[in-house]
Amino acid sequence: MAEAIKCATREAYGKALVELGEQNDKVLVLDADLAAATKTGMFKKAFPERFIDVGIAESNLMGVAAGLAATGHIVFASSFAMFAAGRAFEQVRNSIGYTHLNVKIGATHAGISVGEDGASHQCCEDIALMRSIPGMVVLNPADDVEARACVFAAAAHEGPVYMRFGRLAVPRVFDENYTFEIGKGAVLTEGTDVTIVATGLMVNEALMAAEALKGEGISVRVVNMATIKPIDRDILIDSAKKTGALVTAEEHSVLGGLGGAVTEVICETVPVPVLRVGVEDVFGKSGPAVELLHIYGLDAAHIAEKAKQAVALKG
Amino acid sequence: MEQATKQALQIFATKARMGVLDGVYHAKAGHPGGSLSICDVLSYLYNVRMHVEPKDPKMPDRDRLVLSKGHAAPALYAALALKGFFPVEDLKTLRKSDSYLQGHPNMDKVPGVDMSTGSLGQGISAAVGMALGAKLDKADYHVYAILGDGELQEGQVWEAAMFAGNHGLSNLTAIIDNNNLQIDGTMDEVNAPYPIAEKFQAFNWNTVEIDGHDFDALESAFAAADACKDKPTAIVMKTVKGKGVSFMENAVGWHGSAPNTEQYEQAMAQLNAALAELEA
Repeated sequence: MAEAIKCATREAYGKALVELGEQNDKVLVLDADLAAATKTGMFKKAFPERFIDVGIAESNLMGVAAGLAATGHIVFASSFAMFAAGRAFEQVRNSIGYTHLNVKIGATHAGISVGEDGASHQCCEDIALMRSIPGMVVLNPADDVEARACVFAAAAHEGPVYMRFGRLAVPRVFDENYTFEIGKGAVLTEGTDVTIVATGLMVNEALMAAEALKGEGISVRVVNMATIKPIDRDILIDSAKKTGALVTAEEHSVLGGLGGAVTEVICETVPVPVLRVGVEDVFGKSGPAVELLHIYGLDAAHIAEKAKQAVALKG
Repeated sequence: MEQATKQALQIFATKARMGVLDGVYHAKAGHPGGSLSICDVLSYLYNVRMHVEPKDPKMPDRDRLVLSKGHAAPALYAALALKGFFPVEDLKTLRKSDSYLQGHPNMDKVPGVDMSTGSLGQGISAAVGMALGAKLDKADYHVYAILGDGELQEGQVWEAAMFAGNHGLSNLTAIIDNNNLQIDGTMDEVNAPYPIAEKFQAFNWNTVEIDGHDFDALESAFAAADACKDKPTAIVMKTVKGKGVSFMENAVGWHGSAPNTEQYEQAMAQLNAALAELEA
């Protein structure tokens, strides 16, 4: 693993858009008055003629994105996760999902790590919402390296993609040899007693939890699941068979996100204990992001605790 | 407009109305009222205005039509079938589980449909995106969107209107089917969007108010849209919901219900009589 460089995935999103824009003049970027925060402002600066700000109107954002995609453009539509997936859910569902149009939704400020803005802006429901739309690809990168890779994979994919980025600078997990493929999870560390399936900023926490558990004699497999949909069934089934218990870890509600996706697969194939780490069906609150992550149990210590519980549940 | 042209447009519109009745009757469901009110403007658009090619429905430089009031799909399907996009006979399969003619327009299944719609307020945004796409590509096709008057209650319409006005999308024409009725009653009884034209003007649109069943008025309205080079145009058409079928005209109840056999036969007899008179 690389040294602990810290970067927010939204930052990587903005940079990747510029890179993509240089390579492909069909790429358009839309925002809803949050370009400075979502980092699409970088693209705006580089390619002002291919950047469109629709103002504070997320429903129209998604509709205009759909119309532009219908005329052959590759459209990235950005806002905060709360508004992109939440407010505009039905526009995404009907104008982008149902039509299979080539729109990539770049949703930043996802999860509790929004921090001080508080519960109104801490979207912990977006993965559940987006993965319920038929055909929608849902990506949740762990660090800046993976975020960049997700942007390029999304652009190459024909059809709608939802990408989830964070506000908080997070440690880099991957190095320059990292490769990403939509729909493929990756084993980061091998282990035999339990598998931690993590996504987003919880991947780094999962690795730390695995390290701590090693000291307690528990062998942990860590799987990075950057693609929530389509979920990598093979890696989950293999993990269930080899380790006999799983823990999911995500900065999202325990309802309907990665935890939901994993339990759906495991219950129907290799039923073994699956415990979920995530936001426990509550709204967040204001506070510094890192503090909030600990308050809501989104850290290595809580993952390790759940992993031990999962091991204890094994028959 | 020359009499022969007008007559041909009226014949097409009357046949489209028959197509609406055929579809809704055989489906035992659907929205005849607001379909019948737009048959005349569809006749004008598909026969006079729009550059489309039934043999190549996805032709890149075609004009686009977004039926933002997607529940009027029976009228759009009838117009497309009459233009040769698919067999007229298929109109009778509307809403059947083995048919491609979905209850609301689907761009992936129905040749000639440019945008999947049905959830009100969304089509106009997509039309705005298409018009912007044409401008960015320096393409000269035009985008038409047909909206219901009740649909104007959707906030997204005004998000789209604000954006289109600010971007001077002169290649976009919104057509408002102002039949003054919605499911729960008249506009006034529910939540009136009046004055309509003034609202669009406030959003920097060119506007024209006409009788939507008068082909001369339609011709001059679209000419006015052409003449305006720096704004999108909203054509606010006064129409009669259920137009062409006496017992459906101006009757709220025919928004979303299908005729029974007796009513269907009565409606078709009226339309056949109108057709015979036009063709005489």
